Order: sequence, then structure tokens, then C-alpha cells
Amino acid sequence: MPGFSLELIALQLFAGLALGAIYVLFAIGLSLIFGMLTVVNFAHGAFYMVGAYAGLYILILGGNFWICLIAVPLAVGLFGLAVERVLIRPLYGRGTDYPLLLTFGLSYVMVELVRIAFGKTGYPFDTPEILQGAVNIGVGYFPLYRLFVIGATAAVLLTLWLFLEKTSFGLIIRAGARDPQIVRVLGVDVAQVWLIVFGIGTAIAGFAGLLAAPLQGVIPEMGGTILAEAFVVTVVGGMGSIGGAVLAGLLVGVVVSMTSLFAPEMGKVSIFALMAVVLIVRPQGFFGRAGLMS
Amino acid sequence: MNEITQPIQRAQTAPESWFQFATRHRAGVASLAVLVFPLVMPFTALAVNILIYGLYALGFNLVFGYLGLLSFGHAALFGTGAYLCGIAIVHFGLPWFVSIAIGILGGLSMAAMIGVLAIRTRGIYFAMVTMALSQCVYYLFYQAVDWTGGENGLRGINVRVIDVLGVKLDFINPLTRYYVIAAFVIAAFFVLSRILASPFGAVIEAVRENETRAKASGYDVTLTRLITFILSGGFCGLAGALQALHLSIVPIEILHYETSGIVVMIALLGGMGTFFGPMIGAAAFLLLENLVSLWTVHWQLIVGAIFMICVLFFPAGIWGTLISRGKP
Repeated sequence: MPGFSLELIALQLFAGLALGAIYVLFAIGLSLIFGMLTVVNFAHGAFYMVGAYAGLYILILGGNFWICLIAVPLAVGLFGLAVERVLIRPLYGRGTDYPLLLTFGLSYVMVELVRIAFGKTGYPFDTPEILQGAVNIGVGYFPLYRLFVIGATAAVLLTLWLFLEKTSFGLIIRAGARDPQIVRVLGVDVAQVWLIVFGIGTAIAGFAGLLAAPLQGVIPEMGGTILAEAFVVTVVGGMGSIGGAVLAGLLVGVVVSMTSLFAPEMGKVSIFALMAVVLIVRPQGFFGRAGLMS
Repeated sequence: MNEITQPIQRAQTAPESWFQFATRHRAGVASLAVLVFPLVMPFTALAVNILIYGLYALGFNLVFGYLGLLSFGHAALFGTGAYLCGIAIVHFGLPWFVSIAIGILGGLSMAAMIGVLAIRTRGIYFAMVTMALSQCVYYLFYQAVDWTGGENGLRGINVRVIDVLGVKLDFINPLTRYYVIAAFVIAAFFVLSRILASPFGAVIEAVRENETRAKASGYDVTLTRLITFILSGGFCGLAGALQALHLSIVPIEILHYETSGIVVMIALLGGMGTFFGPMIGAAAFLLLENLVSLWTVHWQLIVGAIFMICVLFFPAGIWGTLISRGKP
């Protein structure tokens, strides 16, 4: 192809993976919460945004990026626990639309509270000094921070996988996702499990927001756009499937990145076209159970 | 009144409660309310807004309340109606009534396109897919700068005089403008009421109540959903076209997903699945928004909190709660 060297395409592919890593983290929390609680968390974007602002606040207080990496998911996760306990729990058993509507209202409140605290305009978010610059990855120089994002995402995924597959609590979560009724009969406090899953999901969203902050800066509206794109990821990957969220998240990242290279104005539209194709060919998504969606 | 001591009373029709009366003559009652509304409203401009958003919610409620599908992508239908009506006036210089018809067609065809894809999913997936697809429509209109003005919005929709069968009406006058728009809204009331009263209207509600049973009774559930979604697009397209005439500009925010969210709030606030709910919801929502923004710029905080309280404690909405009180 004239004008586009193989190296450029390979670099763009890696940039797509870094972008996809953010989608993966965001969608995995969404998928985890949905798979377990059958709640579509419309406030997931707001938790993501709060994660970025929490990081900003820690930096203002004099902390560094490494403290943020620990403190932000903890803080956002604790907030998520409170939200589930106080606001979402009363709505169980009233149909799936109500928690969705409630979290939608909650996202308005959260965005407006952040606007009150930090103002309407956005802030730049400095890349930590040690992660600035670029490294040679064989095909060319690639920003170190994006490499770090891919690595951090892989670490979170590995931890989550070990937690779900190798611990007894993870076993309860997997069993609860398949049949909460039976799990309850076996004497497990399902409400407690749901609470913790919501906390984990929102903590990952906050972590994703923090990782995204140096790439795009922070504004109160940053959660809205990624929410719609994460819906594409969950539809493509199959709702409630973690493997699907990972694969689809990376795919969406690469598709956006590649389209931006060849047809910049179509970058955002391409992922919706991808979703349309998946809906026509395989409505349940890559890893979704057939019949769940239609 | 004791029925046993007065058996004669049973043969006669029981006196109608005002709820039953309002329900039977719903289109007429709603039209009457719309006609007297500006006389009690201090700001006609706000009344016009309520009318347009009420119509938008009316179309949305057909899908959300009657069909039982939560759509988070209705901004695409509303916005397409507004943009196509505006483009017809600005780029082609078509007369206002043709432009409104084009706006309605735009809403219908956009609903058909989104519907064909989204109807393949169900339940909460429907909310996610419609939201994602409407976001796609947002980007498409955003990119088509030559036609839509992109970020700046579509400017220059100047309709000053409305010509109705030789009678020239001054569209600048707020009250005249209100009644011109009200004429379309009233027509929409009667069309919607007719749809709901038809056998097809019964099928729509049957699909909501029990999909399996509706299917077993021989009705095509998927087709019913698609047709209802397209019809909803017609109402929303009309609302969008009227909005374009009213604002004389189509801002790109009309396609933003917050425009989809607002109509969900309005429908829930007023009472989903009720005929009067959307209009009452629009009035309550916009009055609230105006009142709150008088003393704080952070009206979204208050509106969001009130919406959450509604979801938690009053899911039936204003009119829905009144109906359950009014029933014996």
C-alpha cells in the first residue's frame, strides 16, 4: 500500500492494543457486574471518570502516580460498595430496567458533583516521569506509557483470572453467575457476593479511568463516550463473558486505531459498523450464550 | 351507595369517574389541555418546549411504555427529524410543510435502520444497542459538515411566516407559534390514540405482557416490535422537525445521548405506558429544570437526584400514581 509502511501499520496495531486495553478493563467490570447481578451499570462511565479525578486529586495532594495505582481502585471500589448497598440493592427483583435507570440517574449526579468540585473544564494529566519517552519494540519507537497500559491491563486480567479460577470465593462468584438460586440454597449469602462483585467491577472502572487519564486528560464528560463504546465491546464479545470482553475490547481498539490511520474521519463510526455486522451475523456475540439476547 | 337496596341503579350505566372519562376521550382531553395550556403558563417559549418534548416523549413512550422495550437511542430519531427538516429548508429551500413531512420520513427511516439491527436483541441489550447505534448517528451527522454544519450546528432555518391555505400566520409571535405547533401535536394525539385503539395496538401490549403467549397466538413478535419502533420514529421525527422550526437552528447536541436520556426521564416521571404521562412528564421535567436553574447552574444534580428518587419510590410516575389512586 503506497504511503503506509509495514512499520507504521505495526505501530498503529500496538497503539490499538493500548487503546483496546482501556476498553477491556472498562468492559470487564461492566460484564462482571452484568453476569452476576444482571445490572447494566449505566454509571460505569461515571466511576471511570471518578477514577481519573481521584488520581488527579491525589497528585494535587502531593502523591505520585504509584500511590494512585493502589489508592484509586480502592477508593472507587469502596464508593461502588456504598452505591450497591444503598441504591441498587432495593431494586433487586423489580426487573432489569430499574437498576439501569437508577444508575443512569446516578451518573448525572456524579458528573455534576465532579463539576462542582473541579469545575467544568478539563485538566491535563501528566504522564509519570519514569514512563515518559519511547522504547524500540523492534518495529519502531513506541511510547513507553502505552506499553505500561498494556502491561498493567495484563496484570489486572491475570489477577482477576487467578481470583476467579483459583480461590473459593471466585468459585462462588462463578457459580452465582450461572445459577444464583442454587447458590443461595447451598447457604451462601448471595447478597454479600453481589456487593463485592459490584465493588470489584467499579474498582476496575476507576483503575481504567486512571490509566486513561495521561492519554487523554480528564474532563467530567469522559465517561459518557466510553460507555457507548464499551456497549459495543460487550455486544461484540458476548454479554457476561469475560473472555469475550477481552477479545472484543482489543479488537475494537485495533479497529479504531487502524481506521484512524486509513480514514481518520471514520475512526469512531467503524466500531459501530463492527457491531452492526456482529448483530447480523451472530447476535449473541463471540462468546455469548445463544438465545440469551434474542 | 348501597347496591343491594337500589337494584335499579345497576341497570343504568354507572356514573363515570373523571379518570374513566379522561381515558375514554384521551385524545380529545389531551388536545383541550394543550389548547388552554398557554393561558396558564407565564412563558410561552417554555410552553412550546413542553409541547415539543411532550410529543417526543409520546413517541418514545410507544416503545418504552406500550411495547416494553427500553430504548436509549431515541435522540437519533428526534435528531434525524430535526436535521432533515432543517436541511430541506436551508439547502433546498422547500416550504415548511414539505420540510416537516421530510422530517417525519427521516424519523421513520432512521427508526427502520436502527430497528432492524436493534430488534435482534432484547431486554437490556436493546438499551445498549440503541444507545451505541445512536452514538454512531451522532458521529455521522457530526462528520457531514457540508450538510449539517458539524460542531456549529445547522444554522439559517428562518421560517417567519407560515402560510396555511392562503392565510399568513406570523410564526415569530410566540402564541401563534405555539398554536401552529399545537395543531401538529393534537393531530399526533389522535393518530396515536387510533393506533392504540386498533387491533394492532392490542398486539403491541400483548407482546409487552407476555411474549410467548403472543407468539403462540400467531402474532409475529419481531415484526410487531419493528413496526412499533418505526411508528415511534415517525412521532419523534415530527417532534424533531418542529424543534428545528422552533429553534431556527439544529444544534449537534440534539443527537447527543443526553437527549436520549432526557426522554427516558420524562416518560418515567410522567408515567410510562399511559397516554397522558409523556405530556405531564415533559411539563414537570422542564418546569423543574427551569426552576432549579434559576438558583443553581448545577440543575443536573437536582434533576438526577429526583430521577433516582422516582426510580426507587415512584416507578409509576406522576400520572401512573394518580391512576392507581383513582381506581376503585
